[in-house]
Amino acid sequence: MKPAIVALLASAMLLAISQLSAGNTSVSHGFKALQFHLGADTYAELRKAPERAVNRPNPLENDAEAVAAGKLLFADHCAECHGNDAKGGRKAPSLRVSDVQNATPGTLFWLLTNGVVRKKMPAWSKLPEPQRWQLVRFLKSREEVPPAPSSSATRP
Amino acid sequence: MLYAEFEDTNGADKTLKEIVGHDTEADFADANGAARREHHREIELKLILSSNTKGWNFSENIIAEKNLSNEPWEFGYALAASRPLALKASAKRCNFCPQNFILGAELYGGLGDRHSFGLPDTSHYLAPVAGWNLPSGWTLHLSPGFGLNDNSHKFLLRWGVSREISGFDQLVRRLFGAKS
Repeated sequence: MKPAIVALLASAMLLAISQLSAGNTSVSHGFKALQFHLGADTYAELRKAPERAVNRPNPLENDAEAVAAGKLLFADHCAECHGNDAKGGRKAPSLRVSDVQNATPGTLFWLLTNGVVRKKMPAWSKLPEPQRWQLVRFLKSREEVPPAPSSSATRP
Repeated sequence: MLYAEFEDTNGADKTLKEIVGHDTEADFADANGAARREHHREIELKLILSSNTKGWNFSENIIAEKNLSNEPWEFGYALAASRPLALKASAKRCNFCPQNFILGAELYGGLGDRHSFGLPDTSHYLAPVAGWNLPSGWTLHLSPGFGLNDNSHKFLLRWGVSREISGFDQLVRRLFGAKS
């Protein structure tokens, strides 16, 4: 088989798999609306940020477009796990809780940069620094929402 | 990242996906009719190291390739640096925003084989790289490469289309019947 045909077939297969993946995700979100199980240490990592990182100010604090840009970045990179409105999803917790909302911009930036790999939160150091700060501005612009009480919708 | 690949090709396949060992322009001199009878079954291991600093991405690949028909291990390298045209994201969805375009350069070539490791009789290339991240998640890459020594091809053109599939591991688990 010619390499060009192989490349074309491989691209078509990748496209099909990605569509299947997206389809499955939306079905399972809409159908079961399962929530990430909150543990006592869910947000504990935020308290591990070194002092230097905690005190780091957001250089885009006064950037008028940072929140809007951060919203798009959140939709592209974070919403799949944390939910479109950052209230949490099946794979990751809500970011609209006091632990996150009261954290300093520097703390959130540090966590975004380093991730919590053992808890499946990837390190987003591949995003340029200004984009990580835009994400922090978006997160800090969200209103705090009390966590939903434990119910049948909570994963055991 | 550690990457592994198995290739089963014949001598008429003139695609150069990576440069290893003593790959030179002269290897391509055989006519396709004769070269087609020659079969290559190879495994390739690639250690891909990548780091980001000040908006730049630096990556280093160390490549080891083994022809399974009793040939020695062959080695190669690739070094690259790239950067988006803008570091801040735009507040609007757009195809042509500067942050969607990546420019950089890469240097790659062979490092000989287990019996004759080093630069003699190897070929090397320098290539500017351009990438375009589409909002749909697809990325297009184009890289015209220029040979740096007499063993190299004068010009190579590499292109690629890629897409990162997030949650792929969970998709595979679901396909095999695992409950989420």
